[in-house]
This record gives sequence, structure tokens and C-alpha cells, in this order.
Amino acid sequence: MMEEVKEVTSTLSVDIQSIKVTEVVKDGDTLTFLIESEKLSGTGVYHVDRTYDDFEWLQQHLFSQEEVSGIQGVIFPPLPVKAQVNASAKVIKQLGILGLGEWQAYCKAMETFVRQIAAHSILGKNNAVEIFLTSSDPPGRQRVRKNIFNRLSQAMEGMRKEGHKDVDEFFQTERDHNLVFTGCAKTAAERFLDVVQTEQKIAVACGHFSTALRLCVEQGEDPDKLDFSKVCVKLSEVFDSIQKNVTSVAENNVSTLGLGLDLESRYQEAEKEMLYRRTCKLVELETTRRNAEKAKPVKKAAMEEVKKAAETEFDHISGVAKEEIARLQAARVKMLQQALVQWCEKQLLTAKESADQFNQHLQAFRGMA
Amino acid sequence: MFTHSSFDEIEEEKGDDSFDMHISVSDPEKVGDGMNAYMAYKVSIKTSISLFKSQEFSVKRRFSDFLGLHSKLASKYLHIGYIVPPAPEKSIVGMTKVKVGKEDQSSNEFVEKRRSALERYLMRTVKHPILLKDPDVLQFLESSELPRAVSTQALSSAGLLRMVNKAAEAVNKMTIKMNESDAWFEEKQQHFENLDVQLRKLHASVESLVCHRKELSVNTAQFAKSAAMLGNSEDHTALSRALSQLAEVEEKIDQLHQDQANADFYLFSELLGDYVRLIIAVKGVFDHRIKTWQKWQDSQMLLQKKREAEAKLQFNNKPDKLQQAKDEIKELEGKVEQGERDFEQISKTIRKEVSRFEKERVTDFKAIIIKYLESLVQTQQQLIKYWDAFLPEAKAIS
Repeated sequence: MMEEVKEVTSTLSVDIQSIKVTEVVKDGDTLTFLIESEKLSGTGVYHVDRTYDDFEWLQQHLFSQEEVSGIQGVIFPPLPVKAQVNASAKVIKQLGILGLGEWQAYCKAMETFVRQIAAHSILGKNNAVEIFLTSSDPPGRQRVRKNIFNRLSQAMEGMRKEGHKDVDEFFQTERDHNLVFTGCAKTAAERFLDVVQTEQKIAVACGHFSTALRLCVEQGEDPDKLDFSKVCVKLSEVFDSIQKNVTSVAENNVSTLGLGLDLESRYQEAEKEMLYRRTCKLVELETTRRNAEKAKPVKKAAMEEVKKAAETEFDHISGVAKEEIARLQAARVKMLQQALVQWCEKQLLTAKESADQFNQHLQAFRGMA
Repeated sequence: MFTHSSFDEIEEEKGDDSFDMHISVSDPEKVGDGMNAYMAYKVSIKTSISLFKSQEFSVKRRFSDFLGLHSKLASKYLHIGYIVPPAPEKSIVGMTKVKVGKEDQSSNEFVEKRRSALERYLMRTVKHPILLKDPDVLQFLESSELPRAVSTQALSSAGLLRMVNKAAEAVNKMTIKMNESDAWFEEKQQHFENLDVQLRKLHASVESLVCHRKELSVNTAQFAKSAAMLGNSEDHTALSRALSQLAEVEEKIDQLHQDQANADFYLFSELLGDYVRLIIAVKGVFDHRIKTWQKWQDSQMLLQKKREAEAKLQFNNKPDKLQQAKDEIKELEGKVEQGERDFEQISKTIRKEVSRFEKERVTDFKAIIIKYLESLVQTQQQLIKYWDAFLPEAKAIS
């Protein structure tokens, strides 16, 4: 039985920091995410399972809040691309670093998405969030009514509005900067992914070498043969250690800076979309102004009304947008700092552990008669 | 021809831990211009072995000199069972670039690869107690002027492989198969066949590793660039600085990757390549033993025929021809005895050589592995320094 979403705002009944995507379950081609959150009342934990469609349901609900003033000025927390079992090459490319391994990074990104929405001063108040996190039934897979952010139609209109000159210097600067920054962030995330994938290749190559060495062990009691076999076995252990080290380095990369760069890149895109929505509204506004000016006396009053409504809406949007931009700026600096610090600490730890291990191997070889 | 008996004493020399001879090949210098140009290398020797006139000396040699030396040693020692270390590979492409004066990374890498190979070749050669005393080796190391080597095609590893394969074909065509009374040889031959396969696999594996490491270096450099760009576009001062530092750290790590790739290559890849070629030489001496046996058998068969002919002549009473036959038989009896001695000698030599080979490879591998582990430890320690320096920068963002 599906719960109906009332257009009422509500306060979330769970502790936002406790929201976790604990695991992902593969069922044929479907991926199901298990989400946990602690009740604020302290009386227990909610366990729900959600598929990607449920996440999209949540997103659509938030998109379609037409009654919320200035909603188009919100920078919507970006939802990762749909993860698929046996994904096509195109999807894998879109997923980037989130597509690696057994979806650990992807789960983390989904978790971040939910947390960001829950913590958002406007979005978190939507009842859909409460339902998403607490309802034992999946929120439903029906298509919600048309949302105002149908990217497809906007794309069809052409991005020519993107270059439309702004009336506000703050926003013009922000748009210019965002354009540059979106490109930089995407490139950085892609190149970091290249690094991680090469590290994974090295780990595999080390494994092969280690296996090939163990095959060199020779039968017989000949002392020279035994010596050589011993060397081969010990060397294969060295390469097992190297493999462990490289794997660890790659995992550290993904779980800290990789996720950080990916999130940064997607947030810059989200901001770009918001700024574009506002620009489209600006174009619309300027059109209503022209219409009001050119209107024949009979229609003039009506056109003025339309113009005033457009102006009010545009002001609201710009107001929300300014707040959102400031909020994003603070949040992303904090997020990147955390990512960089964690990344550095993890790599430092790995390097120390590996130095120790390699040293042990070195002493063992030196001690070998 | 060298008498074999004198070698026996030399063989039982002390163990190789205290092998007191160090050779380095260095200072590659281009001599001449155009297609007649060549690289001259400085060969420096440090030793206290009394064989040599001085304790520290050096000579200038070119690549064909090394090939010439190998050619001479191979022609003298291979067929009596000594495992002569193979010479480094020729490379027309690599050398042409150098001649034409293309000074880029790949031609520098080529020269370095060759320099390293020549050094390993000489060290392996002088470590052999017999080859060390060879007058051609001594002349190579000490003589300031060396006559130009000609026909250096002889016995490149490709040539050696062809020879080995031809010999194997010949064995298959033999009417009387060699009756291997000595199980040791049969077992060892199989052992070297297996070793050949395994070493080639290992070599391929390491080459793949080297390739990926180089790729990692390239990708790290690319990422460093993109991090720098991020830092440049960033408004927040502290974050911008941290991102620029990130770019610098990544550049340093790129250098570490390159160093590691070199270690992977020059230590393991080249070691395994050397041993793949050495095994070919080992197979060669085993085949020479079979040839020696064949020669002995042929002499024996010929002797048998001559004896039968002599018996016939005696029966038919032909005194002149009879005497001739008796002379031939005497000669053949000598040949058969020599053939048997040769076969026993080569078998004995091969046993000693194989034993030497097995000991050497343990020493070789251990030495390389230790160097490699030292480079691994050093890399991690460098990384620790870099991360330690970066951490406060990352923490300072707020």
C-alpha cells in the first residue's frame, strides 16, 4: 500500500547523521540499497530497502514543489547516474569512479545524496523525505506529475540561453566562474579515475607475477634447487605485499579524494543547472516586460500583471539562489578539506605499513644464507 | 686446442662470495657522424686478482668489440660443454636513432639499456673461472687497442636458437637414438625445458608490470596538471593553495613511479631476459654433447665396418690392401678412443657447469631482489615524507 504524499512540510523524525546505506543487494539485474537511520526519539532504527527508482521518485517529488517560492533557485543535491549490473560502456563512463568495484563508492554517494537532501533547509521539509526514509513499503514507482525541470525540453530549446547576459554582476561572475570550474572539476575527477584504474591493473599484474613465481618451485632434494625454490617462494611473497600495497593505495584514493572530486564535479553541474534555470527565467521576464510595453491598452493591464508576477518570481529565485550559492561554497570547501585530510592520512598509514613490510622482506632476504 | 686436465684444478676454486672483481661500463660517447658513427663505452675494472697487470684500469670499447669477444669464446668453449654467457642483443632501430643524432628520451633509454646489458655481460663472463683466464678476455679487458671484430653475426641469441633447433631436428633424424645411460642428463634436459617456459612467462609478466607502471606515471602527471588548474580557478585562498600543493605532491609521486618502473625494468625484466638467453646457451651445450656422442658412435660404426672389411680381405688374401686396412683400423681405433674421452669430458664439464649455473642463479636472483626491495623501501619512505608535508596544508583549509 502506497502512502500518499501530502503537500505538507514536516520535520524529519530521524537523526540525519545516522543515515547510512549499509549495503547493496544484487537480485538478478536489480540493485537494492538497504538504508538505516536512527529515530530521533531514541527508540530504535528504521531499516528500509530502496531501488534506484525509489531514489528517482524522491528526486521528482522535490523537483515538483511548484508551491515553494523560489524553488528553482535551489541547487539540488545531484543524484548519481543509475547503477546497473552489467552496465554498458557508456554507463560505466558516466559513473566514473562510482562504478568501480562492488559498488562501495556508489553506496557512499547515494548515502551522501540522501543526507544532503535531508539536511537541506527547504528540501528536507518535504514529506517525501520522511516517507523515503521510514516507510516499510517502497514509495512507489509511478511517474509523478510533470516536473518543471524537464531537462530534455530545455535542451531541445537549445543552450543558447546559457550565454544570455545577466542583469546582476554577482550572478554574471558566478556563471562565468562556474563554467570554467565545472570543466576543471570534471577533468580532475576523470584523470583521478585513470590513475586508480591503472593502479588496479598493476595490482593484477603483481598477482600474475606472484603466481608464476610459485610455479617455478622445483621438485627434488638437490640443495641448489631447494635454494632457488626458496628464493622464488619468498619473492612471490614480496609481490603479494606489493599487490596489497597498490590495492590499498587505490582503495584509499577511491574512498576519500575520489568520492570528493566526484561529488564536487556533480555539484558544480547541479549549480550550473540552477543558474541556467534562473537565466531562462530572466529571458522569460524580459519577454514579459517587452510584451507589457508593447501591449494594446485593452491587454495592457493583464500584461502588467504577468510582468509583475514574473518579476516577483525572479526575485525570489535570485534570493534563494544567492543563499544556495553561499551555502554550497561553504559546504564544498569543508567537504574537500575533509576529503584531502582523510586521503592524506590514509595514504600515510598505508605507506608506513608497506615500508615496514618491505623492510621485513628485505631483512629476510639479507639473512638468507 | 686446450688441454682439459689443466682446467680441473681451476674449477675447484673458492666460493664466489669473495669474487674480487668489479667491472663498470659507463660514459657512452658518440664517435663519428652519420651512419658510420658508433658509441664508445668506457670499461673500468677494479680488481686484486693477480692475473691482471694493475688493480684499477680502464679501456674504451664499442659494441662490436663485445660481440667479437663473445664470438671467440663461443667458438672455443661451447662445443666442449661450457655455458658461455650470451652477448647483448643487436638492435638496428635503436642504433640508427643514435647514429642519426636523434637525442630524445627513447634513444637515451636505448643507450642506457645497452650500457647496462654490456656491464652485466662482462660481469657474468669474468665470473666464470675458465673464461676469466682466457687470453681473449684478458686482451679485451686490458689492451688499449683492439682489432676490429668482423662477422659479429655469429652466435647472436637468435643465431644460437637457430643452431639449437637445427640440432634438435638432427637428433630426431638420427637412426640410432642416443641411449641415455645417464639419467641425470635426461632429467636435467627436461628441467631446463621447464625452466625455459617458466622464465619466459615471468619475463612477460614483468614486462606487463613495467608497462602499467609507465602508464601510471603518465596518468599521475595528467592528474597533477588538472589539480593545478583546479587550484588556479579556485577562489577560496586556503583551498586554492592546498590544491596547488596537491598538484606538486602528485608531480613528485609521478617521479617515484618512473623510478619504480626503472627498477622493475632494469632489475627484474633484464635479469629474466638474461636468463632466458642463458638457458638457450645451456640447451646449446646439451646438444653439443649429443653431437659429440654421435661423432663417437659414427667412428665406432666406421671401425666396425673397417674390421669387417679387413676380415674379408684376410680371407681373400690381398696383402697390400690388408696392410692399408690395418693402418686405417689403427687410426680409427684412436679416433674411437678420443671420441669416448671427448664424450666423457663434455659430460663431466656439463655437470660442473650446470652446478655452477644453479648456484649462480640463486646468487644473482638474491642480489637483484635485495636491490629491488631496497628501492621499494626507499619509495615508501619518500612517500611518507611527502604525505607528512602535505597533511598540515590539507588541515589548514578552513
